[in-house]
Amino acid sequence: MPQVLHNLRETPSQTAGPYVHIGCTPNFTGIDIYGGDLGKCMKTGPVKGQEITIKGTVFDGTGTPLRDAMIEIWQADAEGLFNSPEETRGDADPNFTGWGRSPGDMETGEFIFETVKPGAVPFPDGRLQAPHITFWVVARGINIGLHTRLYFEDEADANAADPILTRIEHQNRIPTLLAKSEGSGTYRFDIHLQGAGETIFFDI
Amino acid sequence: MSLKQGGYIPRDRGWQPDAFTPPYKTSVKRSPQAALLSMPTTLGEETGPVFGHDIIGAMDNDLIHNFAADGQSAIGPRIIVHGVVKDESGRPVPGALIEVWQANAGGRYRHKKEGYLGALDPNFGGCGRAITDETGHYEFRSIQPGPYPWPNGLNDWRPAHIHFSIFGLGFAQRLITQMYFEGDPHIPLCPIVGVLKSQEAFDALTAPLDMNRTVPMDARAFKFDITLRGRRQTYFENRPEGL
Repeated sequence: MPQVLHNLRETPSQTAGPYVHIGCTPNFTGIDIYGGDLGKCMKTGPVKGQEITIKGTVFDGTGTPLRDAMIEIWQADAEGLFNSPEETRGDADPNFTGWGRSPGDMETGEFIFETVKPGAVPFPDGRLQAPHITFWVVARGINIGLHTRLYFEDEADANAADPILTRIEHQNRIPTLLAKSEGSGTYRFDIHLQGAGETIFFDI
Repeated sequence: MSLKQGGYIPRDRGWQPDAFTPPYKTSVKRSPQAALLSMPTTLGEETGPVFGHDIIGAMDNDLIHNFAADGQSAIGPRIIVHGVVKDESGRPVPGALIEVWQANAGGRYRHKKEGYLGALDPNFGGCGRAITDETGHYEFRSIQPGPYPWPNGLNDWRPAHIHFSIFGLGFAQRLITQMYFEGDPHIPLCPIVGVLKSQEAFDALTAPLDMNRTVPMDARAFKFDITLRGRRQTYFENRPEGL
């Protein structure tokens, strides 16, 4: 018998369920204990870079909007720096948290993030990644949170060189990761959990 | 030669639940059909939001009182839930934000879309939060939630459970799960627990009664330890010290 590896196992995931909002966005469901919902506001003062709005909806395999999802995003600031103690390359914009959380509209399911367009961030091998935003989707019926990425359709050159996008075998699925510009700094990013036009999800 | 944090160790998808689990009916149309695309973690997954202790109010981890009127408290069995957050290497994770939510003692959630005939408790909101200390410990006080019925099968009841949302240091560690209580006969019957693939996984989510932490004449205690994903330690022989 060799020695035993004393590694622990990650705690198993379970669905967030239909009432995730009680714990994560209590004000949204009428419980005012904390004096505001975390992640609702990503800007705490004047921010650097281009301010943008991201709108979208999560759809199930029948094309029905999810009206009980919770969507979180995490991104770099306009200069490509993360507001995190793990960021060692410099100081991120102090007025930009980089993290947002939205329960979506209770009737339509549409989520909205008021944020900034992220700068480019290097891949582990040093190549630059195209500007992107990490999305994490949980909801009733989703047993483990789904990771995906938003890229910008108007960053065609950067997208064509992106280390992640270029390794995707099914290049015809890349448009599922591209946010569409609607003008005035607004982008639409719909997420399709299943079926035709299914969004690419990552095992990170 | 310098020791540097490497990327996150890949998630064990053979241990974690699959997306498509038909006995849990809602998963059928909310599960991707294409394979997940594997990628190494990058800075965007190795960093994540970190929340300071200053966001936590004095009552945030006391669900017995944080929604109650002055001098009142929630009805139900008083409990303490506590534990340690570690990574897969066994290292404590300090500064982890834990958010919890749950039904009241009668199995009723305080939510606009909840229609169960169980009564609301006017002194119970059902949410709390805490940040782990420098040794990875957290605790909160609450009342033991009741089981409740849900429209899945004709007679499905959730075990008593508390939902947990946890942030580690990197967004790759982001996790939502549920804690169950030792001895609950609903656990092996539940289609949501049933998405887990082994008794070992059931057990990992079942908190034992912890009499050593119970406060006599006040509250019983349950212990729920949490493990987040771990990182590689990588020697970078080709890089100077400090990079």
